[in-house]
Parts: sequence; C-alpha cells; structure tokens
Amino acid sequence: MNSTKVLDAKGLACPMPIVKTKKEMKELETGDILEIHATDKGAKSDLAAWAKSGGHELLKDEEEDDVLKFWLQKG
Amino acid sequence: MTVNPMTAQEVTEKILNNDQLFILDVRNEDAFQDWKIEGKGITYLNIPYFDLLDGVEEILDQLPSDQDILVVCAKEGSSIMVADMLSEEGRDVSYLQGGMKAWSEYLQPVKVADLNDGGELYQFVRIGKGCLSYMVISNSEAAIIDATRMTDAYVAFAENKGAKVVHIFDTHLHADHISGGRKLAAQTGATYWLPPKDADEVTFDYAPLEDQEIVKVGDTKITIHALYSPGHTIGSTSFVIDEQYLLSGDILFIDSIGRPDLAGKAEDWVQDLRDTLYTRYKELSDELIVLPAHFMTIDELNDDGTVSERLDTLFKNNHGLNIENEEEFRKMVTENLPPQPNAYQEIREMNMGKINPSDEDQREMEIGPNRCAVR
Repeated sequence: MNSTKVLDAKGLACPMPIVKTKKEMKELETGDILEIHATDKGAKSDLAAWAKSGGHELLKDEEEDDVLKFWLQKG
Repeated sequence: MTVNPMTAQEVTEKILNNDQLFILDVRNEDAFQDWKIEGKGITYLNIPYFDLLDGVEEILDQLPSDQDILVVCAKEGSSIMVADMLSEEGRDVSYLQGGMKAWSEYLQPVKVADLNDGGELYQFVRIGKGCLSYMVISNSEAAIIDATRMTDAYVAFAENKGAKVVHIFDTHLHADHISGGRKLAAQTGATYWLPPKDADEVTFDYAPLEDQEIVKVGDTKITIHALYSPGHTIGSTSFVIDEQYLLSGDILFIDSIGRPDLAGKAEDWVQDLRDTLYTRYKELSDELIVLPAHFMTIDELNDDGTVSERLDTLFKNNHGLNIENEEEFRKMVTENLPPQPNAYQEIREMNMGKINPSDEDQREMEIGPNRCAVR
C-alpha cells in the first residue's frame, strides 16, 4: 500500500499513539494514507473507533512481531 | 485544582459503603459497554479520550459538582490526561491508579467466618472481575482455593497471619481467569490439587483430587471435604469446609448456575450439571453456607462485602435450581448463552501449562467480566 507518511508510535503508551496520529493527520490532505506502527495493544480498538468518529477510513491493519500496523486514509 | 490518584482499594471501599461516585470513563464505547466498574452509588459518563483531545469544555456541564469524580481508562495514561485537562478548567477530580488493569487485579480479603479452634475462613473478592477465591487458616497452616494469578496477595496475607501455605486447590480447570495455583505452589512449596478429570492434558505435576478426599488444615478438626460435582467441567469438584461451608466452584452461584459449554461440550455435560444441582446438592445439609467462585453483579454482595447464601435459600430463590422440566433446563444451559469469556481458550491452555504468555499478555487475556454463569 502506498503510504504518504509513516508514523512510528512504537513503545508509546495510550493516549500518545492517538495524540500523534491526530497531529499527523492534520498535516495530510484528504485521500492521503498514514501508516502507523504501534506496540500498545489498546491502539487497535481505539484507532478504529477514533477513525470512525473522525470520518477517516482504516484501510487495513496487521500484526507483525508484536508491532501493530495500521493504514489510515484521511477523510 | 488538584488531580489525585484513587486506588482500586479506595474505589472498592466506596462501593462497599454504597457511596456516591461519578465515573467519567474515557475508554472507547465498546470497552465500556463490555465491562465497567459497578456499584449501587455509581453514575457514569462514557466519552472516549480521543474525543476530548481538543478540550473538555463541552462536557463540563455534564459533570456533577456535588460528588467525587473519578476518571477511568484502560491503563491510566488517558485518564491522567483528561483529569489534568479538567483540573485546568477548575474541577477537582481523581483518576483510577493503574486503570481498569489494576481494577481487574485488585483482591479484597473479607472474613467469612471463624471456624473451629481459632480457625478462620476468608473470601478474596476480585471485585473488578467477579472472581472469588478462598483461604482457610488453622493452627499456622493455610489452604487456598481457586487462587488468582495475583499470588503475592495470598502469600503476604498468609504471612501476616503467621500461617504457612500447605495446600492449594482448584475446583476445576478455569476458563475465565488464569489460575495462580501452580505459581503459588512453586512460591510456597504447597501441594497443588486438581480434579484429575479436568487435568488430562496438563503438563505439570499435581496431586489428584478425588471424590470424598479429606484434607486437614492445621492439626485441628478443620477438614476440607471434596465432593465430585461435574457439570461446568467434567472434573468440577466442590468442597465442604468444617462441615458448614460449601465451596461450589463454578457450579452454583447466588443468582445463577454454571454454564456447561466452556470446554466445548455443553450437550455432553448438561446431564452432569443437572445431576449435581438437582440430586447431589439436594442430598447435602440445607444449612450449608454456599460460597461460589464467582459473582455476576454487584447486587450479589452482602452488606459485609461477602458473597454467600444458605443452600436452602438458594434452592428456594435461584431460578436455575427451580426448573422442573429437564428439557427446559437443557435448553436454558445450552441455548442463548452469554458470550464466552475473553480469550477463554488461551486461558484454558495456560491453566494446563501448554502456553506461557508474558505478564502483559496474561493481563490482556483476562480483560473483561468472567461470564461463567447462565441465568
């Protein structure tokens, strides 16, 4: 997937992954894709819920060696 | 304004006192709907922290000014952030130290009774998850039943009482929480007893707990009498302690009965469950005080914080003990069951010694309520 930008939020505890994601998304244009790497397990359901309430689309998520990866398209 | 941490113990005491408490739960809606802090005097507002990143002004008028306000999240980080924001707006609030993880792990020891010859019986109420474990103390010896993985709490409690832990029992192979039995046995050198019919696949040594086994605690007359009572699992075993207290495991609760499906064998075990509740338990003394391994709602707590009821009262009032028709009973315990506990298959494997997850993963596996009952 073509990510516009990659956000490394590994090692950060809640709420920081979402705080940083929100900041990055502000900088992007509609349709851009932000790729997020996080290790906080709670990030998964929170990112999905946050994206929904913010009008963004969570295109894909996967887990690789304990790192959660998300692809979020700005709405 | 100040932001204070509130411990799980302080919250527990408020609940037991029926104090008023306003909880601002900042987890996402699904997490809140699934599992939350419960108490008679508690009122709630659930707004996810990620909807408050731009400020808390919009919710200020939804917060009461005449009650304590507690901000709650999963691990505490987000609740501190929101509590700080509220503080900057001039509100006095607390946050739950350690979040729902700490809430899930907190054990409140409550004395159930004095036993023969200076013996004591304690119930450890895991209020956040509804799990109940027990400690019998007699003559400087202690036995623990259905220990949770927070083993240090039991060890410290026994030490404080000047007792050495000599026996550890599990009433069955648990599916809703991680047993502390094996770890506790390693910590204390005590014997770890398991019902052999639940232990087919376990990977460690244990003492087989057979029907009618009698184990003494201390050298007094306090006995733990095992009673084979299958149905929740095929090995489920109850205990009669000091001829007065019936530890019913996950077979019989205060306002519900055990579910037979967590090992995937509901249809096979329905008859066992029926026989245990309607025949084996019927033959016991009416006057026994039932002490279950779980409670489902905070209403089941007595005023002194214990969860207990006389057996004859349960035969009268517990719906699950009053279904004459066997087919109706079968349907109730096999159809329309509540969702299964979080990660219950992994929890069973862990309790068999087959997998060995990190402490962090163990916490995640246990998130949520216990869900071992049908009503």
